[in-house]
Amino acid sequence: MKGTYLGEFEEVVLLAVAIRSGDAYGAAIVNEIEQQMNRSVNLGAVHSALSRLQEKGLVSSEMGGMTAERGGRRKRLYSVTAYGRRALEEIRQLRNQMWDAIPNPALT
Amino acid sequence: MPCLYNKYKTMKPRNVGPPRFATYLLHLFLTPNRAEETEGDLEELFQQRIGEVGLRQAQWRYVRDVVSLLRPSLIKRQEHHYPRPTNTTMLRNYLTIAFRNLTKNRVYSFINIFGLASGMAVAMLIGLWIYDELSFDRQFKNYDRIAKLWQFVKFDVEKASYDVMPIPLAQELRSKYPDFESVGISVTRSTILAAGERKLLKLGNYVEPDFMKMMSLNVVSGTPFGSNDVNSILLSESLANTMFGTENPLNKLIKLDNKQTVKVVGVYKDLPSNNTFNDVTFLVSWKFFAANDEGAKRDRDQWDSNSYQIFAQLKPGADFDQVSAKIKDIRMKRDNPPGYKPEFFLHPMSKWHLYGDFKDGVNTGGLITFVWLFGSIGGIVLLLACINFMNLSTARSEQRAKEVGIRKSIGSLRSQLISQFFSESLLLALLAFVLSILFVQLTLPFFNQVAEKKMVILWANPLFWLAGLGFSLLTGLIAGSYPALYLSSFQPIKVLKGIMRTSRSATIPRRVLVGFQFTVSVTLIIGTIIVFRQIEHAKDRPVGYSRSGLIEIGMYAPELSRHYTALRNDLLNTGAVAGMSESSNSITVQAGGTTDISWKGKSTDTKPLVMSNYVTHDFGKTVGWQIKEGRDFSRDFRTDSSAMILNEASVKLMGFQQPIGAIVRQGSREYKVIGVIKDMVKEDPFKPVNPSFFAVNYRNVNTINIRLAPQVSGHEALAKVEQVFKSYSPDSPFEYKFVDDQYSQKFGTEERIGRLAGGFAILAILISCLGLFGLASFMAEQRTKEIGIRKVLGASVFNVWGLLSKEFVMLILVAFCLAAPLAYYVLSDWLQNYQYRTELSWWIFAAAGLGALAVTLLTVSFQSIKAALVNPVKSLRSE
Repeated sequence: MKGTYLGEFEEVVLLAVAIRSGDAYGAAIVNEIEQQMNRSVNLGAVHSALSRLQEKGLVSSEMGGMTAERGGRRKRLYSVTAYGRRALEEIRQLRNQMWDAIPNPALT
Repeated sequence: MPCLYNKYKTMKPRNVGPPRFATYLLHLFLTPNRAEETEGDLEELFQQRIGEVGLRQAQWRYVRDVVSLLRPSLIKRQEHHYPRPTNTTMLRNYLTIAFRNLTKNRVYSFINIFGLASGMAVAMLIGLWIYDELSFDRQFKNYDRIAKLWQFVKFDVEKASYDVMPIPLAQELRSKYPDFESVGISVTRSTILAAGERKLLKLGNYVEPDFMKMMSLNVVSGTPFGSNDVNSILLSESLANTMFGTENPLNKLIKLDNKQTVKVVGVYKDLPSNNTFNDVTFLVSWKFFAANDEGAKRDRDQWDSNSYQIFAQLKPGADFDQVSAKIKDIRMKRDNPPGYKPEFFLHPMSKWHLYGDFKDGVNTGGLITFVWLFGSIGGIVLLLACINFMNLSTARSEQRAKEVGIRKSIGSLRSQLISQFFSESLLLALLAFVLSILFVQLTLPFFNQVAEKKMVILWANPLFWLAGLGFSLLTGLIAGSYPALYLSSFQPIKVLKGIMRTSRSATIPRRVLVGFQFTVSVTLIIGTIIVFRQIEHAKDRPVGYSRSGLIEIGMYAPELSRHYTALRNDLLNTGAVAGMSESSNSITVQAGGTTDISWKGKSTDTKPLVMSNYVTHDFGKTVGWQIKEGRDFSRDFRTDSSAMILNEASVKLMGFQQPIGAIVRQGSREYKVIGVIKDMVKEDPFKPVNPSFFAVNYRNVNTINIRLAPQVSGHEALAKVEQVFKSYSPDSPFEYKFVDDQYSQKFGTEERIGRLAGGFAILAILISCLGLFGLASFMAEQRTKEIGIRKVLGASVFNVWGLLSKEFVMLILVAFCLAAPLAYYVLSDWLQNYQYRTELSWWIFAAAGLGALAVTLLTVSFQSIKAALVNPVKSLRSE
């Protein structure tokens, strides 16, 4: 199962791609994560996570249009694949399942 | 605020963009197909962060991002979406295919490269050896103008040659012949050098000052001695070091042979190892020798006493032959010419080492024979290795016919295929060259030991590289020519359909080559056996005395010669010594002879040379000579002071029917023959023993012979002998030599040749076998199907083995038929050099042939039995 295992950071990046659906590229994802989690992220970490996700088939990518603030360079736009969506749902389900399994007194 | 910003900007041309070095770093490492998006992201974030956190922070974050991007997963080159063919792509493909072919057939590749590399290594070693031999003496500045004086003399029928001269000749040449620039007498002696506590027995020359000038001696400290210096010595740097260590040797005093004292006037740089004077460690003034040596005093004006070497340097432009002609008859023109008719001539330095042999007044070569011999062996071994390389390459290339077909149908031009195959074999050849340099580097110390040389790889010599690379190139081209030119001509449609079959005629050149290899191998085997047998033959020859436990000590110190009886008694009393005597020169050396000898019935027209030996009474018993007739010298007969013992050879020469009692006149004295001994081999063990006589003389001796008692251990006995010697001559070092060792040194050259020839023969056979092994396995592989069908139809393992081996056995037989007469011719020629020689018996040839056959069968059988044992189901199923 090693191939499909999602690390914590990979999960965060995958979620960010899903949030930014349609406009998910390196810099945007960095911004998204920084905003959501309030922590600074390295571009390299994001890019490497994205390429790992792509190797696992959880995201796909294509080259997008260029913008002026990028010095006329094109973006690589990522989108979550069906397989990626299912993986996210499975994680969520697993979490919920575990939450439900916690006996009530323990949380009080 | 805006104006402040402007001021800021004009004051300092500050970088407001991302840090340049970070961008540079990114460009350097990031894979190109990721560059655009990554740089875009960086730029966007940077611009955004300038607004959020300020320029400095943004730049800082930019650097951090860049560093974080330099991770292996992102740096890694990723596949291009589309191939981008360049000029190198096809070359890379050639390399890939070549490499795959190598790894696919590991055994062949190994045999191929390894075989060629070892062949090259042998050739390289021999090349280095030849280079070393040819550069002998060349370090002397006046190499092409220096000569040594020689003379031909006629004792008997043939002219003999000697390099020793009378003393007055030097002055004669110097004063009357303007062609000479300088002339110098020299004489080599072992001498005890004593300074303080240190005493060494060393070889050195007593020379005239001109000698140093001629040899362009490099005096590093002090000055060379002049013509008026007498008690002066020059030391070589290494000798000065051993004698005086770190002290300054200049002006130190050294005592020579415990007699006279000389002063060190200079130190010269050691001569390089490959020159004639490499064992000379010091030079003393000739004047010193002339004043102190008894012989030299006596010979000062003697024109017929030849004991000294004379070296000469001609003026530029003078010709050796012309000058030789001028000086030829110097002696004969003087009064009272001697009967042996000396003819002086010059032997140029360029010929000292390689052309040192004379026979009947003609130069017959010398070591140059071995240069040729080894040169041709090296060439042959290399040729064998090349043949292997070619055979295996061509045999394997047929497997690649399909590849040629496919390449051609995809659009390869013939020229491209040619260059592919050529480059492949060139690559292999170069690989082998590199490997061979490694081999040479590893085996050179061992080779140096066997060849007794100090050779090194000529890393800095362009000629070496040129020859090595040029040769690799040539081998690669020749080996690659068959696949390159022949295979590339295939029509793709035929090859791919599979109707292309290599005809039987294609294997003919291969067979010829293998046959040639075996011819050479068999010849080498025969040659090696004969060389070793010749050595054994001479070693087994009866020497006429007993060598075991016999030692000799040179009488350099004068104290030793005065106390014969006391010394002898003391030695015998130790119990460690069974016999002791003294003789003129070592028993393994024949020093002098005389023509001034006559007997009843001697014919007057020849002047035969009879070797003279002077001994003490106890000599015969000590060395154990074998008396054939008559008796040994004895103290009981007072008349034995004028008695003579002859050897068989001289009895034959003199033609005595009854030698005992015959009268022989030598010089002014008459001797009576009292005994005849069996011939003792004192000189060359490959030659017949010369006529010799022995007479008692207690003054004309310089060597002490001692027979150690067999019941005492050698170590113990030597310690006791040393004690006695120290009590007589405390100041001289105790230097002894075992006669056994001295005698075996006479075989040095022959043994060296034998060892080298044997080594090379083994290598040649090994290389041939490697090739044979490869070829056999290749053939077995090609006939897998045939063997399978044969087995199904009922062939036994033995049948299949016979089928596969037959071809090679035929080849061996043919090779043997060629090799035997060739070896016979060459070797009987070689044996002519030796007067005492072994026979070329038929069994040697038979043994060599059978040996080669056995080796071949072993090599081939391994493959053919393997092929014959394969289950036919397996070999037939695969398609």
